[in-house]
Amino acid sequence: MENKRTRGLYRIPYLLWILLFVVVPILLVLYYSFFDIEGNFSFVNYQKFFTPVYLKMTLSSFWYAFLITAISLLISYPTAYLLTKTRHKQLWLLLIIVPSWINLLLKAYAFIGIFGTYGAANSFLKMIGIGSRQILFTDFSFVFVSVYIFIPFMILPIFNALNELNPTFIDAANDLGASKWTTFRRVIFPLTIDGVKSGCQVTFIPALSLFMLTRLIAGNRVITLGTSIEQHFLVTQDWGMGSTIAVFLIIIMVLIMVVTGTRKRGV
Amino acid sequence: MNKLVRFFLFIAVVSAVLLYAISSLNSSQGYSGGNTLTVFNWGDYIDPDLIKKFEKETGIKVIYETFDSNEAMMTKIEQGGTNYDIAVPSEYMIDKMRQEDLLIPLDHSKLPNLKHIDKRFMDLQFDPENKYSIPYFWGTVGIVYNPKMLHGKEITSWNDLWDPDLKNEILLTDGAREVIGMGLNSLGYSLNDTNKQHLVEAKEKLDTLTPNIKAIVGDEIKMLLANQEASVGLVWSGDASEIMSENEDLDYVVPKEGSNLWFDNMVIPKTAKNIEAAHKFINFMLDPKVAAKNTDYVGYSTPNKGALKYMPKEVVEDERFYPSPELTEKLEVYENLGKKNLAYYNELFLQFKMHRK
Repeated sequence: MENKRTRGLYRIPYLLWILLFVVVPILLVLYYSFFDIEGNFSFVNYQKFFTPVYLKMTLSSFWYAFLITAISLLISYPTAYLLTKTRHKQLWLLLIIVPSWINLLLKAYAFIGIFGTYGAANSFLKMIGIGSRQILFTDFSFVFVSVYIFIPFMILPIFNALNELNPTFIDAANDLGASKWTTFRRVIFPLTIDGVKSGCQVTFIPALSLFMLTRLIAGNRVITLGTSIEQHFLVTQDWGMGSTIAVFLIIIMVLIMVVTGTRKRGV
Repeated sequence: MNKLVRFFLFIAVVSAVLLYAISSLNSSQGYSGGNTLTVFNWGDYIDPDLIKKFEKETGIKVIYETFDSNEAMMTKIEQGGTNYDIAVPSEYMIDKMRQEDLLIPLDHSKLPNLKHIDKRFMDLQFDPENKYSIPYFWGTVGIVYNPKMLHGKEITSWNDLWDPDLKNEILLTDGAREVIGMGLNSLGYSLNDTNKQHLVEAKEKLDTLTPNIKAIVGDEIKMLLANQEASVGLVWSGDASEIMSENEDLDYVVPKEGSNLWFDNMVIPKTAKNIEAAHKFINFMLDPKVAAKNTDYVGYSTPNKGALKYMPKEVVEDERFYPSPELTEKLEVYENLGKKNLAYYNELFLQFKMHRK
């Protein structure tokens, strides 16, 4: 009896948190999405979302988020693998994570300097004889900087998964005559798939709604759903449309969580 | 556990000490009691010496706080919990704040220096008879360009921007009314046009400018232009003078088709605690000598006619910042077009941004 009551007490902070900061905000977003700009109840925002402008925006958000996630994964997996093989792995890991402690805005401004016409990147290109190119305000710079920002979040879960991998499995695979590639494909990768999945989630979902970088690094040449939400709330003050886009983002995110979720647990 | 308790105790003690230090510092400098004035202004938008002078003359302590967008300012005043005695919104915001009942009417009898303000800048559509606001600075929207990088090419009109030689050379300020307005102006339409056909026409014309546009950015535009990242930029005249003071190669022009005329204005918001001091402050800032000194520091155009004679001749006669009467006639103040029309402007702006090369 006593035990049950204390357990109930412990649940209170969690429930309060979920209610105040998760359930209520989502309901508010849903509520606002049903009002047009003049405050009348209507479905006009939902109709507007299915016009070519917003569908195109959704598509391009997806495309960039996909690119960012895929490139991050391509870099992170080998890196994480390498890290687990080094002697001071925690130190190396720390070094990779340190940049994520620095404010995003500062990093973005640093990249404006590096990628600018007279920046370090262009000096280097000139030195090796390629000549000056426009790097800032291109798709390349946007994807590059985003990947740079998300890599630590991708490496961490993969590193943890690889680190927990029991090395005897690999030995067993070797002993049974599997080639290195087969060992990776049939043993290492499947056993670390959970790390890959959570790495992709923490990259793909925020990448879908990136907004500050689209202006600072891509010069508004890349428009994502995040940019559009920001504009609707701060400039147009069309909270309804902003909320509608947010609703669709939430739906998309839930779908992604379901698809990449770990369903096989406990089977 | 013990460590954790000690840690929290430590934080609590430090906070208490800091709190005590702040309050004793404030009271020793006269920041307590009723004799303070809180000014809510844009960053770096007043000569700090003038605040000291005002404090000395009146014995009122000034607390200076800054904001970086009209919308942010209005939200802070709307939500309450602040006690700003003076705020400096732009003209379109005044209309909005007036409608939302966020402003206190001014008592003109307490502002004898009001007579120094140029009649051209009084009694405008956004605030008839200056019931709520007094112009603080004014300016235009125009083009900053680098004649050196353009090999001596001159820009005088909006349509010059469509020159194919300017490929990838133009930076735009991230503002729907400024950019769509550029399209409207180039076609000879009014900046306050709400005719949908005209607006779509303007947007389509802007789409054809896309190859020349390098980026659409915010405040970074000042840094980018000063660093010669691009040779042409659509900016406010205030930003232009700042950019030009950093890079002397640059020049500013208000295109001949006309452009926007904007005002930043002193108001007393509903949150004011010291209305008497607020009037004193406004009157102080309207003093010609004070206004001249402030203009010298800020670098924007002053609406104070009396101040002009205390300012260097080359500044007052600079037609880029004090345009000739003929050009001034073609300048338009933004009217508050209402939420629906503004949403349409923004919608078109968003579509324009999404238009790819």
